[in-house]
Amino acid sequence: MNKEIIAWTVVGGAAALLIGCATAPSDAETTAKATQMMKASFNERGQAKLDRLDQDETQKLCSEYTGKDLPKEVAERIEKVNLESIKWPADGKYLGDWKSGEKIAQQGQGMQYSDDPKKPSGANCYACHQLAPQELSFGTIGPSLYQYGKARGYTEETRKYVYGRIWNSEGYGACSNMPRFGHNHILTEAQIKDVVALLMDPDSPVNK
Amino acid sequence: MSNPRWRAFARIAVLSSSLAVAIVALAQTSAVDEIAKYRAALQDGNPAELWEARGAELWKQPRGPNKVSLEKCDLGLGPGVVKGAYTQLPRYFADADRVMDLETRLVWCMVKLQGFSEADAVKNHFGGPGRKSDNEAFVAFVTSESRGIPMNVAATHPKEQEMYRLGEKMFFFRGGPYDFACASCHGVDNQRIRLQDLPNLTTKEGAQKAYSTWPAYRVSQGELRTFQWRLNDCFRQQRFPELKFTSDASIALTMFLAKNSNGAAYDAPAIKR
Amino acid sequence: MADPMRIRANVVGDTTEVKVLMSHEMETGQRKDSAGKVIPAWHIQNVTATYNGKTVLTAQWGPAVSKNPFLSFKFKGGAKGDKVQISWVDNRGEKRTDEATIA
Repeated sequence: MNKEIIAWTVVGGAAALLIGCATAPSDAETTAKATQMMKASFNERGQAKLDRLDQDETQKLCSEYTGKDLPKEVAERIEKVNLESIKWPADGKYLGDWKSGEKIAQQGQGMQYSDDPKKPSGANCYACHQLAPQELSFGTIGPSLYQYGKARGYTEETRKYVYGRIWNSEGYGACSNMPRFGHNHILTEAQIKDVVALLMDPDSPVNK
Repeated sequence: MSNPRWRAFARIAVLSSSLAVAIVALAQTSAVDEIAKYRAALQDGNPAELWEARGAELWKQPRGPNKVSLEKCDLGLGPGVVKGAYTQLPRYFADADRVMDLETRLVWCMVKLQGFSEADAVKNHFGGPGRKSDNEAFVAFVTSESRGIPMNVAATHPKEQEMYRLGEKMFFFRGGPYDFACASCHGVDNQRIRLQDLPNLTTKEGAQKAYSTWPAYRVSQGELRTFQWRLNDCFRQQRFPELKFTSDASIALTMFLAKNSNGAAYDAPAIKR
Repeated sequence: MADPMRIRANVVGDTTEVKVLMSHEMETGQRKDSAGKVIPAWHIQNVTATYNGKTVLTAQWGPAVSKNPFLSFKFKGGAKGDKVQISWVDNRGEKRTDEATIA
């Protein structure tokens, strides 16, 4: 499936060459040069090694199409690849403990070179989303998730969707801004279940 | 004495009580308004002036193995011209055959004029508690000499144009375990992280507002922070490795943002929470 | 040695307004470093302002005052060209005195 995506990158590059002015370097050349420049401009520090600058195909395509229309075929491919990568819980259960989920949603640490790699990461949901109404300090990059479960119904299907969306958001909307928490090993399966409960447990403050 | 930052002082007491009211009322929009008022109150008595004064002193001091001052340093407008120099940086310097931002140029002058080794010149580039940074003092002084002057980055030299294009690519480069690019947080109008407003740096207005207010005294850190620091800390939060001080990538991104801010009246060193 | 203060003094009518920025760590004694060791208290304790040799303000400060403090006060009197002097002493005995001309 990676081959398909690579094929699409090549087509994109060729198109850019055709429209590009004869003297200016092509878009693909600039991209290659920028990547090279970045590799020479960063130092490994703590847990943040230089391989973090190596983009996977999803990151490459999403960088290329930021601010432009994402062709339907490219979007579908990104979603397919990422959806297939999701590891569903072996016990078939999606709901953990919302109280623990609330703590995880509040915490923002994890994977920065200044963070202790031995400590668990947070999900930092409140950085971008409104959730429990008691928390006033929430961001607006993502939609409000207040009354998420109450509005949609506490169905098994929705629980599964939320679990998958947190595991790998790119599977549900290509070039989503949300980190792929499971796919990139930011959160554990148990942590994701707790965050699912924060959104989907009828007792969670999110649904009050 | 006409400095607009020296204004009414007694507002802070009023503010803290109204902040409390806002929180009790669970009124989030007014909480944001109150933070804006807090920021306005901070404008009075900006400790960045302490850095500006120290930088101005250091600028004139004979230093380094060659025992000369930086008064002959060419920041782009000729040797010794500081007034307005920051508003035209980054730019291409023929003597170095490189596009340089202010901090890179200062390091160049410390090496070429004062005889410091490269390693000594970049040492302690960001200060910390009990560890004052000369770099931050120099930057505070030089930028203060551009206050009120419109940003005017030419980017006409082919190498400047290339830096701009590379900086633009970097801005949209998604990577790392969180898939973040600069654009993830700074590509849309009117968004926030928690209660922190995010400038949309892809628009002229957003870039102008952001770029013209760095460097800044960060009240939460008790330090004056430079634009190199701002980029460095963004990449830390992006979960990238550490951006090297005065690296090409840091200059490219600065070029992209500085040029996009052209026309803005430069207004720093500022003060931020 | 501590960095100089920035002092501004303006007379309007019969009142002089003085604004002072001081460079000081103002360590509270409550914080710990990355190794978990308490960082010892280090802060300005006494502030004195004089005008023509006459004390117009004294203050006792503690750990609640911010790093790089900003002080603003007014006193009756003062004339353009006169001097205002500010001094501080911290809990280590370090001191600093600076002067400004009233404008």
